[in-house]
Amino acid sequence: MSQFIYLTFDGLSRGLVYAAFALALVLIWRAARIVNFAQGAMAVAAVYVAYSVTNATGSYWLGFVVALLAGMVLGVTVERVVMRFVDHSSPLNGVVVALGLVLILQGTLGILYGNEYLPVETPFSRDAFEVGGVAMLSRYDLFVIGAVGTVVVALTLLFTRTAVGLRMRAAAFAPDVSRLLGVSVGGMLTLGWALAAAAGSLAGMLVVPTELGLHPTAMDVVFVSAFAAAVVGGLDSPIGAVVGGLVVGLLLSYVSGYIDVTVTPMAVLALLVVVLLGKPGGLFSSSKARVA
Amino acid sequence: MSGALLQVEGLTAGYGAAPVLHDVDLAVRPGEIVAVLGANGAGKTTLLRTLSGLVRSAGGRVVFDGSDLAGTKVEHLVRRGIAHVPEGRGVVTELTVDENLRLGGLWRRDRADTKKALDEVYELFPPLAQRRASAGHQLSGGERQMLALGRALVGRPRLLLLDEPSLGLAPKVTGQIMALLRDLRARTGLAVLLVEQNVRSALSIADEGVVLALGRVVVRDKASVLRDDADLRHAYLGF
Repeated sequence: MSQFIYLTFDGLSRGLVYAAFALALVLIWRAARIVNFAQGAMAVAAVYVAYSVTNATGSYWLGFVVALLAGMVLGVTVERVVMRFVDHSSPLNGVVVALGLVLILQGTLGILYGNEYLPVETPFSRDAFEVGGVAMLSRYDLFVIGAVGTVVVALTLLFTRTAVGLRMRAAAFAPDVSRLLGVSVGGMLTLGWALAAAAGSLAGMLVVPTELGLHPTAMDVVFVSAFAAAVVGGLDSPIGAVVGGLVVGLLLSYVSGYIDVTVTPMAVLALLVVVLLGKPGGLFSSSKARVA
Repeated sequence: MSGALLQVEGLTAGYGAAPVLHDVDLAVRPGEIVAVLGANGAGKTTLLRTLSGLVRSAGGRVVFDGSDLAGTKVEHLVRRGIAHVPEGRGVVTELTVDENLRLGGLWRRDRADTKKALDEVYELFPPLAQRRASAGHQLSGGERQMLALGRALVGRPRLLLLDEPSLGLAPKVTGQIMALLRDLRARTGLAVLLVEQNVRSALSIADEGVVLALGRVVVRDKASVLRDDADLRHAYLGF
């Protein structure tokens, strides 16, 4: 029982990171109908920026803030300079360009920082509190919950309560109609990429210290899990991204705890197969959106 | 033709190399309803899409309220006072009725008047007021048309470009929409460029009719004349 409780908390904490990253994928998919395969490499680039800033100044928090801002700048740059010019006549075009970006970013980071794993510290202890001898959450887990929770709440408020959020949703669902109503669809697209890249950078900042360390390919495995989470959730649903992230996080935690850590990639695939067989559009996608 | 709100001269446009519209001339004066008629594929929808900039023109001029619209971005058109309600009603089906209507006024600076316009639309279309929180895809065809029209009105346009408002609607609903347009024109001086396949109902409210065939204007005359000209109706309008 105590192992179950520990694995559950560990899974939820990991799942929130996947949720943040899946949100990044969903935001871009909704706005641009591109699966941004470069999201992982972009997030790693932001974490490297944080690494440099923290090393230079000694402040984790300064590095943290700069990473999110750098992520945004990178997101805007990728959209404005690269993705905007991709021919959308075939859905594969965007994917191929994104994969090219991965190679460029990873290569550049390798040249600048080297291809060794660099140790990155967490701002809080990762030792779990024990309640009645049962390991539960660590301070760092609480930080993860708070950070991702803040992002989810902020995005929810943005989309449901603000004029900008309404514009962003309209531009994503019906670009031509939105333009006729005075919405700058291009501007909303850029904003979507900025927000997505910030969410992706946050996920990178949270997950990299808990794994092997900082490396140009540090987010590759996370990308696979988070992409699965986004697809399970429906790919166009922010709620689906969060739920999908938590489901994948829990699944990975239970599988690695009860079976073996080497089986986890298969578990993710099995989850994808089961969910997509039952609900081809994902859990939270309206079937209409798939037809369109 | 002086005093025109919208003046179109020699407009040529299309998709790719082959033009769909050839040398189209027309004018809409303030408070006037001009019906664009013609068979499927005559270029009616392309005409509206070119006027609003969704399709690039290959030649000719579009002058609105004295200034050339060339180079005006699609998203700035609504600020000039032109509202385009596209074919298929253009309701954002994923958004609610209220969100769709608010979207129609987001560009406006005058918040108080936007709120007032929104209330007026709800008054004008009671079915919408009852379904504020319903998603667009839950609405009937007639309700969607009301929503698209209402959303355009929130922006208090001076010219409405209306594409096939009767498409797929019951004759009774079509009649209501036509009556509403006539009423709006009388109350607000709204000018309408109305694209319709339903020739009878369009000519019943229009002041002038422009008949397009294969992208060219073949007849341009008073609606009353077109209504009574049996030869013309047989030749181009099919009734």
